[in-house]
Amino acid sequence: MSNRLINWFRFSSPQTFYPLAGKMLPWFIVLAIAFGIAGLWVSFFVAPVDAQQGQGYRIIFVHVPASWMSMFLYVVMAAWAGFGLAFNTRLSSMMASAIAPTGALMAFLSLWSGALWGKPMWGTWWVWDARLTSELILLFLYLGFIALQAAIDDPRRADKAGAILALVGVVNVPIIYFSVKWWNTLHQGASVSLTKSPSMAQAMLWGMLLMALALWMYSIAAALARVRAIMLERERHAGWVEELPEMRA
Amino acid sequence: MNWGSTAEFFEMGGYAFFVWGSFGVAAAALVIETILLRKRRSSAIVELRREIAARSKNGS
Amino acid sequence: MSATTQMGTQMSVIAVAIAVVRRDLLLALRRKSEVLTTLFFFVIVVSLFPLGIGPEMSLLRKIAPGVLWVAALLATMLSLNRLFGADYADGTLEQMTLSPVPLGLLVSAKILAHWLVAGLPLVLLAPVLGLQFDLDPRSLGVLMVSLLLGTPLLSLVGAIGAALTLGVRGGGVLVSLLTLPLYIPALIFGAGAVEADISGLGAGGHLSLLAALLALAVFFAPWATTAALRIALE
Repeated sequence: MSNRLINWFRFSSPQTFYPLAGKMLPWFIVLAIAFGIAGLWVSFFVAPVDAQQGQGYRIIFVHVPASWMSMFLYVVMAAWAGFGLAFNTRLSSMMASAIAPTGALMAFLSLWSGALWGKPMWGTWWVWDARLTSELILLFLYLGFIALQAAIDDPRRADKAGAILALVGVVNVPIIYFSVKWWNTLHQGASVSLTKSPSMAQAMLWGMLLMALALWMYSIAAALARVRAIMLERERHAGWVEELPEMRA
Repeated sequence: MNWGSTAEFFEMGGYAFFVWGSFGVAAAALVIETILLRKRRSSAIVELRREIAARSKNGS
Repeated sequence: MSATTQMGTQMSVIAVAIAVVRRDLLLALRRKSEVLTTLFFFVIVVSLFPLGIGPEMSLLRKIAPGVLWVAALLATMLSLNRLFGADYADGTLEQMTLSPVPLGLLVSAKILAHWLVAGLPLVLLAPVLGLQFDLDPRSLGVLMVSLLLGTPLLSLVGAIGAALTLGVRGGGVLVSLLTLPLYIPALIFGAGAVEADISGLGAGGHLSLLAALLALAVFFAPWATTAALRIALE
């Protein structure tokens, strides 16, 4: 193995990754706050009023980034779970488990903001729009992953079973999205589409991008914090845990 | 500037409930998740300290 | 030597598969009540909807495809625990993993047997129930074809969920939470096929997509199920 390879895998053990994650954490928090402030500034003070939807359209600055993150995090989670299954590394599986709750939260925020966007624009709290419906199913996929891991006592079995579920899920997401879109367009009569977003002014695009970056940095920070907690919980009998500075009362 | 006054800003052109409902719940969710994560970390540490103390008492 | 390892050394692989199917069918026949209760569930759930919604025929005709398909979905899900449950409990499943015959083949055979016992009866029963909703004969035919393509798909995908939750507490409800999202494309294309037929658009597109999903599942589901079983048994 080359020296570069060895260096990479050096951080694949909980013992070495724990302090690394601890050092990275504050940076991602700072980035999240920075992008968040920038994003909110653009969302409220730079992006102009929309001709059709007035000030109400500003919800997209939460809704769209949350949707993007929920889908992105699911793929990342499945990737980590897949690595954990293929290379039998505990840490990769722990990362997948660490990402799941944040991903589910993003899916929930997407649905919540979607509902609040739909009510003033189309009159109902819920719209069976293809994307919202797929988002709802994505939330179910996240919850299934979390529930399965919670129900299995043996952590390694939970890791691997969750990995299979996540991989089956990630293959199914495009299928589900396609089928829901099909269902939606064929029932076009009653349906409305949230995809008819306001015509994108430059500032609006920037607002969504910055907010998405903010949520991305936040998600990384949350995952790092959660994986550290998971390591403390699961590696309790390892020697390196006892040596940690936080263990000295 | 988009807003004539602070009052206009909070009003959101009549969409106040929906816009602030979205941003507000999002902010609250992120804060709650952060709090829960910190609690998870501190209970893990407390639990571990207890275990370490018990183990050293038993002379292992 | 266990039955399956004996079979592996003496019979061809296909013959082993057929033997597994026959064994599962025999076991199901001996526990007729399990099979029949799932069927009764299907019948009762379908009959509940008119009672909840009202006897107006035009409305019932509209909801019939969806109702029949959802009921079939739920009935299949209820029967999933039977797929591996008994064999897991008495150690046969472990024996199967040790057998020289590929586990994937044995799993596929079990899924086939499960469909014959849990899915095929639904296909045969559905037209009868469809009459309660005043569906015309051609739509009933499309309904049967959609279920004929769909119920194997449900058994295949459900097997993954059943394998993942083997021996896990809260298994029954957990299987539902895991499998229902994965069932949604089947539901959309299956019920949609009947609706398309009723509205005159033709069920061809929906049924082709359903068939495509079935083909995909036939290839990938046994593989995922086998992986999940090995994880559950190690």
